[in-house]
Amino acid sequence: MISNLINRKIFTLLKVQYSNMLEYRVEIALWAISGIIPFFMLNIWTNNNLNESINISDILLSRYFLCAFFVRQFSVVWVVFSFEEDSLMGKVSPYLIQPLNPFYRYFAQHLAEQITRFPFALIIAFFFFVFNPESIWIPNLGILLLSIVSTFLSFLIQFLIQSIVACLCFWTEKASSIERLLFIPTLFLSGLLAPVVSFPAYVKSWIYLTPFPYLIDFPANLLSGNETNISGGLIMQILWIFILFPLFKKIWSEGTKKYTAMGS
Amino acid sequence: MNLRKYLKVYKKFLHTSLASELEYKTNILVDLITAILSLVGSIFLLSIFFQNSGYIGGWKFEQALIIQAIYTILNGITNTWFNPNLTEIVKHIREGTLDFVLLKPIDSQFFISLKKINPSGFLEIMLGFLMLFFCIRINQINLNLSFMTLSLITISCSICILYSLWFFISTTTIWFVKTWNAIEVLRSFLYIGRFPLSSFSFSLRIFFSVFIPIAFITTIPSEVFLGLSVFWKILLEIIVATIFLINSRKFWLFALKFYSSASS
Repeated sequence: MISNLINRKIFTLLKVQYSNMLEYRVEIALWAISGIIPFFMLNIWTNNNLNESINISDILLSRYFLCAFFVRQFSVVWVVFSFEEDSLMGKVSPYLIQPLNPFYRYFAQHLAEQITRFPFALIIAFFFFVFNPESIWIPNLGILLLSIVSTFLSFLIQFLIQSIVACLCFWTEKASSIERLLFIPTLFLSGLLAPVVSFPAYVKSWIYLTPFPYLIDFPANLLSGNETNISGGLIMQILWIFILFPLFKKIWSEGTKKYTAMGS
Repeated sequence: MNLRKYLKVYKKFLHTSLASELEYKTNILVDLITAILSLVGSIFLLSIFFQNSGYIGGWKFEQALIIQAIYTILNGITNTWFNPNLTEIVKHIREGTLDFVLLKPIDSQFFISLKKINPSGFLEIMLGFLMLFFCIRINQINLNLSFMTLSLITISCSICILYSLWFFISTTTIWFVKTWNAIEVLRSFLYIGRFPLSSFSFSLRIFFSVFIPIAFITTIPSEVFLGLSVFWKILLEIIVATIFLINSRKFWLFALKFYSSASS
């Protein structure tokens, strides 16, 4: 009975958000295009033969960056920006009255957006293969499923981190600048611009303890068939979720106690 | 056009927006840390590229640092003026408040482009200049008058091109209503301005100098600093900047003809 209710809620939320997202198709297409930085990076790597030093062939590297593009497409999170706007506009108050944590709403929004984005990402991948026909490959089914799982876990990690930052809105009102700060290490250390294998040793020694390489580098390596520690990576992803989730619940309950609605 | 009137109005703009932005003091600090981290991150990425090769696209590491410095300055300018103002156009059009702007007895492009200011961008500009002085020292560049004027001219041209690109994209809102993500596309393209143009493959080089002249924005001023620039390139940049600036004006006036306010 209860699980049925939750299922219905989630399904309804998803349906509403999906039709909402479909209205802004051009928006989402543009957003998909804005994620093509990995391809520019690939261009620098191969054009200057930088990959010789890290023992990754041109083909594997191009697959890596394509996968990095895909993983990034399906793990983009912007919950802090939505929440900040809602909280500044006083829209959070009606959400708080509802018997549903508002973050379910944002979560459904993200999932719906990913579904809308999928065809555009495929089109971009198609063009990528037109220009780089030698890098076409078909990952086997098991790897494909595992990488979808790890991409989703990466999305969850980022969603939790951003939700924690978003809850800071209860205290500071402008939490998006903290998110922009956190985005910098994510950008440079997650493997979006350069595979983590190529990092100097003094960074590699500690980076695998942070959540960053599991956001893009690990799922991208998995999908592209580059060398990676599959079970270790998945365990670390799940471990980070187990660390972040209680933290989020804690900060949420503290924050809602602190919350004073506009005009009260 | 009454220049004194505009100066006076601009002073008022400065006063009001500084007053409102300085309310979020911690925000400014967070933004400064973000700027520093993003510079450190880019240098880290460059150091990965240069790990096993002395030259990238014919540029040494010390020379490539100049591009980072100029990019940081320009990014600071973007964050101070272009980003807060031109993203506002989207809001004006969605909410129908552009009417109020158009009714004011003042040039609408002037109002829309300079209304707001984000003081944390200043710190980023200073950071860029610090980096630039450091680069001038390590590259042993002699400062003389002709070099100073040339670099001043090229950097101002870059600012004009950058402004026009932002303004073009934001103006398209009049037709498409929501173009936040178009700005994201521009941002991700601008990102390649952190690297010398010659490090990209031929087709990308053509794309980034003919269609979106990002090449002109950072590479040519850096070449001026290194004394590598040829006369025709500087002349070309001046011509491109003038064309862009004039067209941004024409485009704005053209777009306004299609503006039908929110409820008409």
